[in-house]
Amino acid sequence: MRRVVITGMGTINPLGHDVDSTWQALLDGQLAPSPIELFDASTFPTTFAAQVKDFSLADHLDDADKHGHAGRHCQFAIAAAQQAWTQAGLDAWDGLDPERTGIYLGSGEGSLDFEKFVGLLVDSWKDGQVDTDVWPKLAFERMELHREIEQESNMVVAHLAAQFDIVGPAFNVLTACAASTQALGEAAMQIRYGMAETIVSGGAHSMIHPFGLTGFNRLTALSQRNDDIPTASRPFDLTREGFVLGEGASILIIESYEQAKARGADILAEIVGYGASADAFRITDQDPEGDGAATSMRAALDDAGVSTDDIDYISAHGTGTKQNDQVETRAMKAVFGDETTVPISSAKSMLGHLIAAAGATELITCIRAMRDQVLPPTMNLHAPDPECDLDYIPNEPRKAEVRTVMSNSFGFGGQNNTLILTTGE
Amino acid sequence: MPDRRAVLTGLGVVSPLGIGVDDTFQALLDGASGLRTFDLFDPGNFPVTFAGQIQDFSARRFVPKSYRKAVKVMARDIEIVVAAADQAFRNADLETRGTSDGEEMTVPAKRIGCNIGAGLICTELNELGVAINTAVKDGKFDYKLWGETGINNLTPLWLLKYLPNMLSCHVTIIHNARGPSNCITCGDASGHLATAEAAMYIMRNTADVAISGGAESKINPMGLLRQGLLGRLCTTRNDRPTEAIRPFDADADGTTVGEGGGLVIVEELEHARQRGARIYAEVAGFGAACDPAGIEIEKATAGNLGLAVRNAMTMAGVTADDVDAIFTQGTGVPGEDLAEAVAWKSALGERTASIPAYSYTAAMGTLYAGTAGMQLALAGKAIEAGKLPPTRNHTQPAEGCELSVAAEARNLDLNCVVCAAFTVGGQSGAVVLKKV
Repeated sequence: MRRVVITGMGTINPLGHDVDSTWQALLDGQLAPSPIELFDASTFPTTFAAQVKDFSLADHLDDADKHGHAGRHCQFAIAAAQQAWTQAGLDAWDGLDPERTGIYLGSGEGSLDFEKFVGLLVDSWKDGQVDTDVWPKLAFERMELHREIEQESNMVVAHLAAQFDIVGPAFNVLTACAASTQALGEAAMQIRYGMAETIVSGGAHSMIHPFGLTGFNRLTALSQRNDDIPTASRPFDLTREGFVLGEGASILIIESYEQAKARGADILAEIVGYGASADAFRITDQDPEGDGAATSMRAALDDAGVSTDDIDYISAHGTGTKQNDQVETRAMKAVFGDETTVPISSAKSMLGHLIAAAGATELITCIRAMRDQVLPPTMNLHAPDPECDLDYIPNEPRKAEVRTVMSNSFGFGGQNNTLILTTGE
Repeated sequence: MPDRRAVLTGLGVVSPLGIGVDDTFQALLDGASGLRTFDLFDPGNFPVTFAGQIQDFSARRFVPKSYRKAVKVMARDIEIVVAAADQAFRNADLETRGTSDGEEMTVPAKRIGCNIGAGLICTELNELGVAINTAVKDGKFDYKLWGETGINNLTPLWLLKYLPNMLSCHVTIIHNARGPSNCITCGDASGHLATAEAAMYIMRNTADVAISGGAESKINPMGLLRQGLLGRLCTTRNDRPTEAIRPFDADADGTTVGEGGGLVIVEELEHARQRGARIYAEVAGFGAACDPAGIEIEKATAGNLGLAVRNAMTMAGVTADDVDAIFTQGTGVPGEDLAEAVAWKSALGERTASIPAYSYTAAMGTLYAGTAGMQLALAGKAIEAGKLPPTRNHTQPAEGCELSVAAEARNLDLNCVVCAAFTVGGQSGAVVLKKV
């Protein structure tokens, strides 16, 4: 069986525009949430989010013009991918086989051309419905081709293919909050079983737009702590009341161990286990016993051939919703035992929830944790929930021996994914 | 890959020509067309007024009583897929929570995977419009009014109607499928990529059975707008829908939107044999590829489909000499048809002109995320029946299209069929089916 390693990584997220600054911010316990600046959210139930600020693709790319039509999350992905590609040394290597190089992303849909879109609904509204004599005329006049088509989530894949001249297998998946973990897991399987040699993988998403905020507010999934915005994301804390919407992209280069060794690449980590499952419970709730989440973790442990004793750290899904953190705790106990002392943390306490991009971003923190032998904290955890009584590394980073890590992502609707990494030595 | 083999044991179809693979396949054999003036909404001033609309369709018929309430939170794409999934599990003679009266399962829940392709689901404009128009001030949308009161006019679960992964989620919930579950969003190629991955679940022993394919409906204003802006729609033949879409034909003038779901049950070969299942074909090989030019959406590309086909054939261990038929996309958009024909030729070489080629698009419209799954379900049926339906409206081959497309039905011994599809944006996928 072929081994799969990670040789490059890049990220654009609310705490940093590269891996080093992001990692430092996480160790410093920086908190990303702030009032929404992307549109007037002042009267929404939630008025804040974890936004990427001061971002320009031209700062990351000489030929940014080529991607002039790219949407917000797509631009994040291109910048993150360039960082990863460069770190992996692929710019400087002439041995890459484009037919054996693929793309596997978990990237979200682009945002609607909002003002024009709602303008159409207002201007064509007649007798309680859209007048289809009027709407098409206005729509074909006002709406722009690229702005519309770039909303298709496969367009991020298209931009990365163009950026790196990739012609091999190209996938995008959109399993909500689990998408980029699932993308990385399935990409690893493609390399393990010989479908590709090198894959650009990860995720990108921004739902910080009026309908994204509307949708999650209507679901009452978001924190509404408008009077204490920085500390609004409180995974595993008794006072938690929802997640904080974030945005960003994280991209990793994964390749076969043989290729990485042969070309002398710096191996950052190895993907040794992948598990996936479905709750098959309800679209609105997780299975309260956490059976789906536990199944995913067990499948990853089996796949990796390691036991729970080998796991030095768990990067939790840890959204900060009432339900998730309890269910996730139950699932971890079911797998690791009620008395487990495995250290766990949620980077979402600082970064917010990057939705489709969350898993890949959190995986990068796992890799840095192994490299630097230090675990990032769960911030804003002061009043532990009696139902959440494990070691969540509260409020301070911790030095630790970290050789094998588990990262969990659970998608809205019940799609669960788990990855296990080692240092790759 | 380990030596577990993946075969198709169930086919689930919901199409403009019927519910169920048998009805749809028979209608195609008879040369029927599912294209007509659509009535999901008033076509008004849309440049295209005909589509491949599913007729007399109610998802409630295909959902267990205990789950019917949930139909309210299903976008049309989701309604279509739950009906197709019901068809697929029943066609495979598998008892699930959805198809049996109780909780009996032929296969343990954790050994059933799911991998369904989905599109960018379009929001229902009237539903949203009612809410938006409560937040208008001086003739313009007002953010403050929207945030204060407007948003309360949307149902709390509004967002969940439109998340693409909900296709998979509803199917896994209805049928109690607790194995790996994914949702591929690569347009028309999705169903092949999903089935490739589902076959890998079987091969790497993370499931014994998986449901895969895709579904979509673009018969809605935003779908028509986006396809119209791309210049892909046939706007000159609203008066004769059944003749309008002409795959690989010299008189081709664009495509139209359709809707449909094509799902297959992928099962481990020995597992299928032990339970005496009907085996349509083996998923003998699969491949995927992309075209860096896909970023230039104004230009027609075929997503490097030739490479996807070559990879799939290599994995299946077949050459062009072994291929008995190909299921093409044939959108009827002249540039795309040419690019696709050239791609097939790059994979099949000189034999291209003598391998029977088929496209259902003239009869159903373009099915987007439903495209590839529909190909697989129909190909599975064609292999069983030993028949290839006629490709409607193909009378004079377009210049440069060296495919053997026939306007008549053909009786053929189909041992090896290659299916492939591509999407705007430049991804493609291919699957080789072989008779077992």
